[in-house]
Amino acid sequence: MHRTSVPLLWRRFKHHYRLLGNHCKTCKTDYYPPREICPTCRRKGVLEEKEFEKKGTIQTYSIIYAGPVGFDKQTPYAVALIKLDNGPVLVSQIVDAPFDQVKIGAKVTAVFRKIYEDGKEGIIHYGLKWKVV
Amino acid sequence: MNKVELIMNNSKKALDNGVGIIGYGAYIPKRRIKAETIAEVWGKDGEDIKNGLMIEEKAVPGIDEDTATISVAATQNALLRAKINPREIGAIYVGSESHPYAVKPTATIVGDAINAGHDYTAASTEFACKAGTAAIQMCAGLVKSNYIKYGLAIGADTAQGAPGNALEYSAAAGGAAFIIGSDKREIVAQIEATYSYSSDTPDFWRRSHAMYPSHGGRFTGEPAYVKHVFSATQGLLERTGYKINDFDFAVFHMPNGKFASGMAKKLGIPFEKIAPGFVVKRIGNTYSGSSILGLCATLDVAKPNQLILLTSYGSGAGSDSFVFRTTDKLNEVRNAAPTVEDYIKDKEYVSYAQYAKIKGKLHYGGAQ
Repeated sequence: MHRTSVPLLWRRFKHHYRLLGNHCKTCKTDYYPPREICPTCRRKGVLEEKEFEKKGTIQTYSIIYAGPVGFDKQTPYAVALIKLDNGPVLVSQIVDAPFDQVKIGAKVTAVFRKIYEDGKEGIIHYGLKWKVV
Repeated sequence: MNKVELIMNNSKKALDNGVGIIGYGAYIPKRRIKAETIAEVWGKDGEDIKNGLMIEEKAVPGIDEDTATISVAATQNALLRAKINPREIGAIYVGSESHPYAVKPTATIVGDAINAGHDYTAASTEFACKAGTAAIQMCAGLVKSNYIKYGLAIGADTAQGAPGNALEYSAAAGGAAFIIGSDKREIVAQIEATYSYSSDTPDFWRRSHAMYPSHGGRFTGEPAYVKHVFSATQGLLERTGYKINDFDFAVFHMPNGKFASGMAKKLGIPFEKIAPGFVVKRIGNTYSGSSILGLCATLDVAKPNQLILLTSYGSGAGSDSFVFRTTDKLNEVRNAAPTVEDYIKDKEYVSYAQYAKIKGKLHYGGAQ
């Protein structure tokens, strides 16, 4: 079962592996994932790549008991909105923590993990998940 | 038998090969399963198993961890200690017998994850449990001959053991990474010498597409592990002029505790000298990560100007033996990243059912 466009995934490796987003020099807004154009400044926006520090805080979270295909063997797991210390808010999985440690306000740091596999013969997706520190 | 001599220096003492470790990093997954938990499933006596193998529990990867993720985590710790720009790394070798892909290198995943750029050579290597030390030799050779400034050598595994097989008590997950360089101001442990001993000895193998390895039972002992580890170590001593008592610490590959401690005894090394690196008791056999995690744990406690003997073993079969001499720089970098002990203590036990799910030992039938 190949679900993903391999070239599309490949273009996103640096974003997924290293938390590489972008920054609008005009309105000073950070974006992750990176934007093609600044939605605020439009044609006046000047975007440049920006690698965000892999530290953040849980803004809110949910425990997933019925995961989508590809994540169904991982249940139950936590998904959180994470406010990066020097960047925007993103959504990601929280790993290696009992659920009583997954709290609003908890400090988290990124870890490199397998996100999902395109079946037994497809590509393996890697990227960042987060653990409570 | 074929003896291969690598990176040698013929002087007797205080050898300076001009190459060494400038950063080291370990990673051990958080989950553990106890030997008695596995023994209970198969109707065995857990105490017997623990005493026989000298393994109390083993590290189990998370469902989202594999050799690539372990390699990246260990490398990130090595970089914290080396404090170099990853783009100056000219070679990445990942040694493992559980690479995520049969065809596609783990090393390039690591390269992109650490932002090493593209100016590097890379390969995934395999030599059972010694592919990590082979990677160290490859990097040391490239650095010493000035082809590259820094080399990254990794040994990592998420080892497989068939349900009910003796390997199930030992086959564990973990890895270590080493950045090899030649600038004396950066070196934390000089590689004074290395020597290898190899032969075609089929003591343990896994055929293509086979899910679990096979092994020759007792044949893995005397003609395999014992012969190669002993011969490589003896060969190293003969060529360097060192005596076994010159070493402050020793690390041997740890397929189980019995083999490694037995080798120390055979060579006349007191257990205290292998104790710091004797991680097998608490995390199991991390295959390509085994002896080099022992080296990391030893570097975590060693003082400057101490000698460490390391001899790995890979089934099939071969051993790489090394002399490392620690430097003053070691004390400066040690606390820049988590120690092996930090990882060993940070643990969470899983049941056999959870372990079976994580390791893909369950058959889901049509409910995939």
